[in-house]
Amino acid sequence: MLEIKNLKVKVGGKDILRGLTLDVPAGEVHAIMGPNGSGKSTLSYVLAGREGYDVTGGEVSFDGKDLLEMEADERAREGMFLAFQYPVEVPGVSNKVFLKHALNSIRKHRGQEELDAVGFLKLFRSKLKTVKMDKKLAGRELNSGFSGGEKKRNEILQMAMLEPKFAILDETDSGLDIDALKAVSDGVNALRDENRGMLVITHYQRLLDYIVPDRVHVLLDGRIVKSGGKELALELEERGYDWIRAEQGGAN
Amino acid sequence: MSPSATATTLPTEPVTPAVTETEATIAEFTARGYDAGFVTDISTDTAPPGLREDTVRFISAKKNEPEWLLEYRLRAYRHFLTLAEPDWAHLNYDPIDLQDITFYSAPKLKEIKNIDDLTPEERADYDELIKTYEKLGVPLHERSKLSGVAVDAVFDSVSVVTTFKEQLGKVGVIFCPLSEAVENHPELVKQYLGSVVPHTDNYFSALNAAVFSDGSFVYIPKGVRCPMELSTYFRINAAKSGQFERTLIIAEEGSYVSYLEGCTAPMRDENQLHAAVVELIAMDDASIKYSTVQNWYPGDENGVGGIYNFVTKRGACRGKRSKISWTQVETGSAITWKYPSCILQGDDSVGEFYSVALSNNRQQADTGTKMVHIGANTRSTIVSKGISAGHGQQTYRGQVKMLKGAKGARNYTQCDSLLMGDTAIADTVPYIEVNNSSAQVEHEASTSKINDDQLFYLMQRGLSAEDAVNLIVNGFCKDVFRELPMEFAVEAQKLLEVSLEGAVG
Repeated sequence: MLEIKNLKVKVGGKDILRGLTLDVPAGEVHAIMGPNGSGKSTLSYVLAGREGYDVTGGEVSFDGKDLLEMEADERAREGMFLAFQYPVEVPGVSNKVFLKHALNSIRKHRGQEELDAVGFLKLFRSKLKTVKMDKKLAGRELNSGFSGGEKKRNEILQMAMLEPKFAILDETDSGLDIDALKAVSDGVNALRDENRGMLVITHYQRLLDYIVPDRVHVLLDGRIVKSGGKELALELEERGYDWIRAEQGGAN
Repeated sequence: MSPSATATTLPTEPVTPAVTETEATIAEFTARGYDAGFVTDISTDTAPPGLREDTVRFISAKKNEPEWLLEYRLRAYRHFLTLAEPDWAHLNYDPIDLQDITFYSAPKLKEIKNIDDLTPEERADYDELIKTYEKLGVPLHERSKLSGVAVDAVFDSVSVVTTFKEQLGKVGVIFCPLSEAVENHPELVKQYLGSVVPHTDNYFSALNAAVFSDGSFVYIPKGVRCPMELSTYFRINAAKSGQFERTLIIAEEGSYVSYLEGCTAPMRDENQLHAAVVELIAMDDASIKYSTVQNWYPGDENGVGGIYNFVTKRGACRGKRSKISWTQVETGSAITWKYPSCILQGDDSVGEFYSVALSNNRQQADTGTKMVHIGANTRSTIVSKGISAGHGQQTYRGQVKMLKGAKGARNYTQCDSLLMGDTAIADTVPYIEVNNSSAQVEHEASTSKINDDQLFYLMQRGLSAEDAVNLIVNGFCKDVFRELPMEFAVEAQKLLEVSLEGAVG
């Protein structure tokens, strides 16, 4: 589903990703772990199509299409979803109105009929239950005055509504207490599907207790340097990243 | 602000945004679509260009006016000659050459009693006029879909059609062209004309008082709630002409009226002057809601052409517990100079001003309001939303004045600017004067930019850049749009979207 080959990216003239290769097949959940500054957030932004990231090499194929050729909104309509680490506040714009716009532009792209107000509300209410989100919150202005946990929950609500082919969760666990973490993870797990791929980016193993990955990759200095099963996450939690760095040094 | 007897003037602070690295998403403005830019081809009755005493007499004679009105005009004209054009507004434009303007232009067609009696030529003109308003989406047939709205259509210097006059007459509401009111209700016109905006008020109001042509007259009798929305649709058509309409609305004790005006003009390379005066009078417990959707031709992307809009609008809350509410959506005009105001004379009276003003390309707007608190416990609310894009320049200028007798008076002002791109400018110039220690004034202001984080977030959910900007702008204007009558809120929203077309590259 998502095939990244030898991806090289500069930000502000500095090499951040230095030949990253990763393959996430449909139906699988992969986790990326790595220390600060290893390029985790850069990877999620580059995949989502944010401007200001200079791709100097490599390719990314998404569901058979050249992802890097597309603008951010085209990628979204093709089914690429990014759950933001810091969802932005958009005052004055209602959560519902925004989601209806987003959903309908995606549905239109898929050749589906656009939902009217009634159809939208029906779907909206059912998805609210999935992520156990307060109705009142969902009707408020987009992320405005939301707590950290509420924002993250809102991201998962959007994901549930938009039903992307592929979802990137960028440090979705940061700033969440244990109850919120559970709720968000339940929402994500409910969206696991044989046709959907997911990339979970995290600092901590904790999240992976709740969202159990099929594969775990270690991102270090802009490259995937080690991959393994879910037990790799536990090992990282216990031993940190230095031993991998040492291994790398040895290999070089 | 703490209740004290001090006068405070906040400093002028021009806000120019800095260029950010990821700003590529908001690009320069390109040409915008202006749907109302066509010209109607009909025979007209036009005064020779220029402003002289003769011009004033010519207009008065054309309208068969009584002597007292001619005298009023001449007084205004003589006063006007003593005035200089004001230059305090933050606006840059070449001086207006009044000798080059036509002060009166009217379709030859007048008073159609029976369409079948028209000559073929007249019939062709009539069809053209009707077509013009159809194209503009203004319902001149009483059976049209917006049948809950009565319309007075002002074409250049005269009112051509007023709908629902009869039906409104049944409940005692007078809704007619001002020239007709002079004829049929001279005592009302004489009593109230110039009583809120005297001809001595300012340069443009003096000019208007001398040469005003048509406009709407509304009278709501005691205790009557006007059964439908009233509206006037102003159209400038003739080349090199100015429009100087005058609107007078009187709401007697305990009455209510909601009135809306819309404005458009053809696309022309030269600038055209529009200098109107609007006077509102609300008696005890009366309420007037006045909404404007102003879409005069704004000029092209290089600032060629467009309407110079210099308008004096003022409402007098004369009665106790009376209320006047201004809502304006200003998307057109090359220059906008406009401060719809409220004189809060009656105790417990309420003034409101809700405004969205957009300056795109080379448009300039210096707009705001004045709230003068005279009576006790008077209240006013000001919500101003300025959007500046391209090389647009936007100034909010507002005055809140609490006079000695304004015991317990309160004002709340919220004044927000939204900037798009790195060449747009927004200023805020509030004047606050408090002479009563029990009065309260609150002022909040903000300046924001549509930022790249917001844009990227919305696009990541599948919205195109243009839809994302529209969503943000509509969210920004929400507090004002919800004050508009429903069908016009939708219009205003669409208008804003068209006006911002090309804002995002």
